[in-house]
Amino acid sequence: MPVDLNWYLSLSAVLFTLGVLGVLLRRNAIVVFLSIELMLNAVNLSLVAFSQAFGDVDGQVLVFFVMAVAAAEAAVGLAIVIALFRNRETVNIDDISLLRG
Amino acid sequence: MLETFLFFLFAVLAVAGGLGLVTSRNPVSGALWMVLCLFAIASLYLTLNAAFIGVAQILVYAGAIMVLFLFVIMLLNLGALPALGGLTPRRLVSAALTVVVLAQLLAVVAIRFTGAPALPTADVPVEATSTEALGIALFTDHAFSLEMIGVLLLAATIGAVLLAKRRFV
Repeated sequence: MPVDLNWYLSLSAVLFTLGVLGVLLRRNAIVVFLSIELMLNAVNLSLVAFSQAFGDVDGQVLVFFVMAVAAAEAAVGLAIVIALFRNRETVNIDDISLLRG
Repeated sequence: MLETFLFFLFAVLAVAGGLGLVTSRNPVSGALWMVLCLFAIASLYLTLNAAFIGVAQILVYAGAIMVLFLFVIMLLNLGALPALGGLTPRRLVSAALTVVVLAQLLAVVAIRFTGAPALPTADVPVEATSTEALGIALFTDHAFSLEMIGVLLLAATIGAVLLAKRRFV
């Protein structure tokens, strides 16, 4: 029974859904961030699977760029979390839903 | 046969890591579950002949980004969160939405990709997706994007330092 593209795409769908579940259910800003990273990884997995299935290296190039952007996003996002915690003493996203200080 | 076994092993590990992230009460243990998930996905990249991406995943995600997350979690010193207890209406709506998303994704996979080309097996090395081909593509076709990614990382670093400074606005 060979491993084909469908299996990797299905696994990617399950991981993406777990990320969606984390964003919808959890109220901690850091856990929400981690769930977003999980969704990015699920999409990366499907990109690499497509790259292998069609013998085209451009999918892996896109994964490389997604990783770099995710690193930048994590740095800025965690700095925002630290700034919010300094002002409000909380990281519950229900308490910090307003943009005005 | 070995490929099937490895795929299921790492798939189960990745899904277990994702479930642990969503259900764990303590953010530190959630981040460690996420590290397990990232390692499993890196191993899946290796089964897909994407060696460079797999190593970069371990170095960048598990090595740098997750350490940054753990550092911030421990810096903020948050207590344990309340358990995911009762079924509030919002949680029911969230679960229903999640089931809809999963059903859509799996339906697309089942309908569109049933006749997709089979993946080349591991004993046939695929030159088109090797690390050498990836490097050639990065530094010729995508050289401008690569430079822009460097500028983006510099801008993000400066922005993060400004945001986390003590006397910001």
